[in-house]
Amino acid sequence: MAARKPVRWHIAVFLAPAVLVYSALMIIPLFGTLLQSLMNKDAAGERVFVGLQNFATLFGDALWSDAFWNALANNAWFFLIHMLVQNPIGVALAAILSTPRLRMAAFYRTAIFIPTILSFVIVGFVWKLILSPIWGIAPGMLDAVGLKALFTPWLGKEEYALTTLALISVWQFVGIPMMLIYAALLSIPDEVIEASEMDGITGWSQFWKIKLPLILPAIGIISILTFVGNFNAFDLIYVAQGALAGPDFSTDILGTFLYRTFFGFQLQLGDPYMGSAIAGAMFGIILIGVCVYLFGIQTRLRRYQF
Amino acid sequence: MSPGRSIAAHAALITWTLIALFPVFVIVINSFKSRKAIFADPLALPWPENFDLIGYQTVMKQGDFFLYFQNSLIVTCASLFFVLLFGAMAAFALSEYRFRGNTLMGLYLALGIMIPIRLGTVAILEIMVASGLVNTLTALILVYTAQGLPLAVFILAEFMKSVSDDLKNAGRIDGLSEYRIFFSLVLPLVRPAMATVAVFTMIPIWNDLWFPLILAPSEEVKTVTLGAQVFIGQFVTNWNAVLAALSLAIVPVLVLYLIFSRQLIRGITAGAVK
Repeated sequence: MAARKPVRWHIAVFLAPAVLVYSALMIIPLFGTLLQSLMNKDAAGERVFVGLQNFATLFGDALWSDAFWNALANNAWFFLIHMLVQNPIGVALAAILSTPRLRMAAFYRTAIFIPTILSFVIVGFVWKLILSPIWGIAPGMLDAVGLKALFTPWLGKEEYALTTLALISVWQFVGIPMMLIYAALLSIPDEVIEASEMDGITGWSQFWKIKLPLILPAIGIISILTFVGNFNAFDLIYVAQGALAGPDFSTDILGTFLYRTFFGFQLQLGDPYMGSAIAGAMFGIILIGVCVYLFGIQTRLRRYQF
Repeated sequence: MSPGRSIAAHAALITWTLIALFPVFVIVINSFKSRKAIFADPLALPWPENFDLIGYQTVMKQGDFFLYFQNSLIVTCASLFFVLLFGAMAAFALSEYRFRGNTLMGLYLALGIMIPIRLGTVAILEIMVASGLVNTLTALILVYTAQGLPLAVFILAEFMKSVSDDLKNAGRIDGLSEYRIFFSLVLPLVRPAMATVAVFTMIPIWNDLWFPLILAPSEEVKTVTLGAQVFIGQFVTNWNAVLAALSLAIVPVLVLYLIFSRQLIRGITAGAVK
């Protein structure tokens, strides 16, 4: 074989830079971290293999597990809000935007996507200002419509802080589902729409019966992207509430928990081994989510070809 | 479409547009006002009587902000360049040639779309410490290049499949090397896709706080995002300065986004997500 066919070096040349950088900085560190999660220090400070003991500590030892399960539960709630609020709003906006002959569609599309391009630092700061009870634009605005009684310092109360942050994140990222669904809606051929109109299906029922089934694969992709993004989130909580994810850890999610564990905070020293174990747990959670999507959902989605 | 439905559609879109832009508006108008005016009436527009550039003056006097901007620009542009170049090269190899392990290589490179690079931070930091790259822009550029590659390869490969084979074969008959075919035939044809990839790659890099915080926190290599975060911490009571700094941090990424946004929707619709 090899003798008959010359080696096609150009394929290797084309692939090499990407594969090298990607392997060296993504795959190898990822496996390095997974490996390190199986190590710990012994009494003399030497690095030893401890098997799954770090994970046993993380899931079972009250010192660690309380914080871990708290972060996981918060993260699940964070994700749930995105699924229930961000994605329906994104789909609705895209559906409205894709109405034929809508004026200024490009303007709306561009404007609604702007929060997505802002840095978390800006987003965290401005929402803290708006919701602040002292400077507060929010209390003033509620006052103007006679609803001042509804105002509380949402970011400062344990029972509201996480939900508030999740909604801020929804505000920021709703542009992504909107763009992707919009693209999916535009790619539905006109003949299909016209055929449904011939059959007298228009307006809302056209959306529910014709368009929605056709964009389900895109909604599936968005769900999994949301899942990966949420279980990897860190920045918004860090800039709004600090690494301690206050008040009283009520906004702690896996990303902030990983950061605190690995780098330490206040009096606690950083612990690279437990940090790796948390990263390993996050890896597992994301992997499970991706597998559920790939094998459980994606294969059942009906795809239509035109 | 009936006028009633059209009005309803516009009403819904305008409502969300206002919600989306309101916070940005609050930052920008207040950055031009005097301290008293910010507190007295945060929603008032800057008029001559309360107009004040003290915030911008403070930021300028700080001086470091230009350095931060420069760092962010270097990191973003260099990473973007490498992601687009290496990503397009790999995508071309995967979409153009049939070779053993092609599918496997595609899957290997796509893995990074689903698994976030942050989970490897612990080991990345060790690598950077070992190679002496901590607190250099190179460290950030390398990490961001790795971070951006999977999605770039995935999207660009989809697009390159649609570039006509006849064109490439005509080039081959004319004696063009495979490298010339890639650089002078295929690359210009996938420009919309490159713009899409550029937007999706650029925004997270420009805004990232995690890696600058961990890999390059020292003064001379701080990025704007980290700089603004630290600035907020230091000037927590000097809102003029903070608001001015934030307004300045919005501008570059906004300009880039507006430049690319036309290409963006064309790029997405043309096949990246179907």
